[in-house]
Amino acid sequence: MAFAKRSDGRKFDELREMEAKVGVVKRADGSAMFRIGKTIAYAVVYGPRQMYPAFLQDPEKGVLRCNYNMMAFSGSGERVRPGPSRRSREISLVTEKALMPALDLSNYKNTVIDVFVELIQTDSGTRCAGITAAAMALADAGIPMKDMVASIAVGKLGDKILADLTKEEEDYENAVDIATAFLIREGKVTLLQMDGELKKEDLIEALKVAKKACEQINKLQVKALKEKYKTK
Amino acid sequence: MGELKVQDKEIVIPGEVLAVGMDFLPANGTFREEDKIIASEMGLVNVNGRLIKLIPLTGRYVPKKGDTVIGKVVDIGLNGWRVDIRWAYEANLGLKEASSDFIDSRRTSLTDYYDYGDVIMAYVVFTTGSKIIDLSMRGPGLRKLIGGRIIEITPSKVPRVIGKQGSMITMIKEKTDCKILVGQNGRVWISGAEPKKEIIATKAIRKIDEESTADGLTDVIKEFLEKECK
Repeated sequence: MAFAKRSDGRKFDELREMEAKVGVVKRADGSAMFRIGKTIAYAVVYGPRQMYPAFLQDPEKGVLRCNYNMMAFSGSGERVRPGPSRRSREISLVTEKALMPALDLSNYKNTVIDVFVELIQTDSGTRCAGITAAAMALADAGIPMKDMVASIAVGKLGDKILADLTKEEEDYENAVDIATAFLIREGKVTLLQMDGELKKEDLIEALKVAKKACEQINKLQVKALKEKYKTK
Repeated sequence: MGELKVQDKEIVIPGEVLAVGMDFLPANGTFREEDKIIASEMGLVNVNGRLIKLIPLTGRYVPKKGDTVIGKVVDIGLNGWRVDIRWAYEANLGLKEASSDFIDSRRTSLTDYYDYGDVIMAYVVFTTGSKIIDLSMRGPGLRKLIGGRIIEITPSKVPRVIGKQGSMITMIKEKTDCKILVGQNGRVWISGAEPKKEIIATKAIRKIDEESTADGLTDVIKEFLEKECK
């Protein structure tokens, strides 16, 4: 049976309802919240600050250190058990790699910039929501950036390319799930992870959908950032 | 002929294209990529002829040579003091630079000069990379700050607190009868005869920090001070 309609009634390239807020944690150097559907990510930035252990310091540029964490009460607990795990280490690493190309840390030698991504409610697309929130938090912290980063998961179900998969969609038989992140201005890919099998043509098509979606998310990021600094 | 993509005094976010064309020049907070000039941080656009720069709205204090800063003594060694200046690394205040007196560290305790937790006004003599920052207290007005209160504001908003030729800070000083010192690192020392006056000055400075992008800020603060000082 051909797949003709999404369970929540969205169009194939339509994203879930989104919300973005900047400056949610007062004592941090920078912070942001990003909600997409039922997934809520908070990103908090501290730094540049002293880096310990000292052998991790880079005398040529600053270091970005990300930490992804699903909070203990997040999610239904059926599939992923929240808390530190192999999975969260991996996502911390890809978050770092996704954000690094946008940053210019040459003025912050020997220091570290800590990014904490905390998910208080999880559905699907947590790493993407985390990266989107982290990019806003970094801009809020005044870290020099060459570009903004936005992130979204796309996929393929049946013969249709979908944007922003829900939990049921990504768990469906033969479903393909691709997590992507883009540098908005340059249009370059900084994150590309895939579950499932896919043809080359479909991947290219999926990336096109993802890029369009990221541009849409970026509009929200820009709006949230400008909102905070607008004259009251 | 180049084209300006944003208006003067507009808030921009990192990665935003500010202008296209080779006849514009990138300054603070911007960089050039091919023929475009792009913002690299959150800030207010300032177009000055051909020069485009950003006035940062947020971000930590990064020490620069010649800056006057307010620091806290956090450690005392044999050859001087370690001072927290709100940057990632502590600054160093050497024995020779700490006072106009000759200090013999074998005969006198360094705590007689500056003890742990003391607040000092100093200037940045020298900085390399980020780890080594040397301070000096030899100069007019550079001293240990006794009494009063310290408040912390966004370092990028220090110029707004001071105002043009010190107009803003002079106004607050006059209206509240407080002694006020502002460090480039966003620490402000306020000392007045009455705690009540100090609180008014604190409120005024916090207001500047929050509303720094408003037009006619001086008038807003003037009105605020007149109302509070009644």
